[in-house]
Amino acid sequence: MQKVDLIEGFRNPEHIKALAELIKKEATHKINIMEVCGGHTHTIMKFGLPQILPQTIEFVHGPGCPVCIMPKERINHAIELAKMPNTILATLGDMIRVPGSQTSLQKLRAEGKDIRSLYTPLDVIKIAKENPEKNVIFFAIGFETTTPMTAVLLDTVIKEGIKNIYFHINHVTVPEAVDTIMGDGDAKIDAFLGPSHVSVITGYKIYEPIVEKYNTPVVVAGFEPTDVMESILRIVRQFNTGEKRFVDNEYARAVSREGNIKAQELINKYMKKREHFRWRGIGDIPKSALKLKDEYAAYDAEVKFKQVLPTQELDDHKACICGSILKGLAKPYDCKVFGKACTPSAPMGSCMVSSEGACSAYFKYGKLTAKGA
Amino acid sequence: MCLSIPSKVVEIDENNMATVDTMGVKRQVTLDLIGEPVAVGEYVLIHVGFAMNKIDTEDALESLRIYEEIVAEMNSGAIDPEEGDMNYAKG
Ligand code: SF4
Repeated sequence: MQKVDLIEGFRNPEHIKALAELIKKEATHKINIMEVCGGHTHTIMKFGLPQILPQTIEFVHGPGCPVCIMPKERINHAIELAKMPNTILATLGDMIRVPGSQTSLQKLRAEGKDIRSLYTPLDVIKIAKENPEKNVIFFAIGFETTTPMTAVLLDTVIKEGIKNIYFHINHVTVPEAVDTIMGDGDAKIDAFLGPSHVSVITGYKIYEPIVEKYNTPVVVAGFEPTDVMESILRIVRQFNTGEKRFVDNEYARAVSREGNIKAQELINKYMKKREHFRWRGIGDIPKSALKLKDEYAAYDAEVKFKQVLPTQELDDHKACICGSILKGLAKPYDCKVFGKACTPSAPMGSCMVSSEGACSAYFKYGKLTAKGA
Repeated sequence: MCLSIPSKVVEIDENNMATVDTMGVKRQVTLDLIGEPVAVGEYVLIHVGFAMNKIDTEDALESLRIYEEIVAEMNSGAIDPEEGDMNYAKG
């Protein structure tokens, strides 16, 4: 059997170059492509794809990552929960670095509060068992990719009869955000790169209504640079071959139309849609997030600790133009405070918050994108 | 945090935990999210301690083979964009 190289094979510079040549030949009209997921933003910038692509292909960087879109009032929730006595707050990723209105989880931790950054949500079980006298609150974040992991955690908590774990759920869903970005008709977006790992869980069927509604292609793309390049070529070819747009799946080695059914069943068992969720940088989006079902309210930190949770909604500074950046109407360089008052270590807006946000990626890889892509 | 890495299953224990090899690094992940049987030697996609699904290595090889073909045609100057070089029937 031929050696399977699932990583280097998809980063081979010769492959990338060859795909770029094809795109150059075929992309005769301007196409603005939004990559919805910050993982793609990262790949595009890290491998310098704008430099080898023709001027006709322009990227619009999407909502980025679950940390980027968390509104300040939700971060303040985490902070107030962590301040409670006898409490351990646990979360994933860069969440602890992001400032709320006064402080960040990282600063609180330096002041002695017990805040854990997890490698996997399953570690919450271990922490709870080692600290039976404390409440362990899992601040759950993520798109559809990490939602089933939270559901497995709750499933385990219930099965094992663990009494000291609570959930603060901030899981958000991609299709509603895309619909909102496209909805007012301003957005200059001609096609979407569909997220890789969200789609692994949900299947690519979730993009079918979007394509139908806006006649805009969605191509689900893997994370490696050849995946992104092949997906761009597929988008170009959709535009070159007729009117009817469709959902295409470049990442067939990992994504099916139906997705991971077991994961979807677990999510549906424990969670339901929220009426509303405010996305940092975008604003309120109906039905774009999940919460625990009422029958699991006993595990819901938003119910159990309601009295400590602030209710005031907090927006970013008015200088921040993340909303326009997300619609393809502006670039990070157009922001007056980019790289000055707003930097990755002191972010003022959602796109600078995590390495997967557009402003942060421009800041880090700025020299690579001198053409102002 | 959304980066996920293809890893090879090297061992599976009675608790449905798998030892996987990710570019030479061994780690433990749970197979609890996968509805179908997983065998040692297969590839899975790992995210925050969970295997999210299996990776179809046949499909991956097919993609790589197509890229090689495009490179070869490029180098021989034979490429004709009109004809299309990628196998769109799949996926
Ligand atoms: S540089 Fe900062 S303030 Fe300006 S748009 Fe980006 S995140 Fe917002």
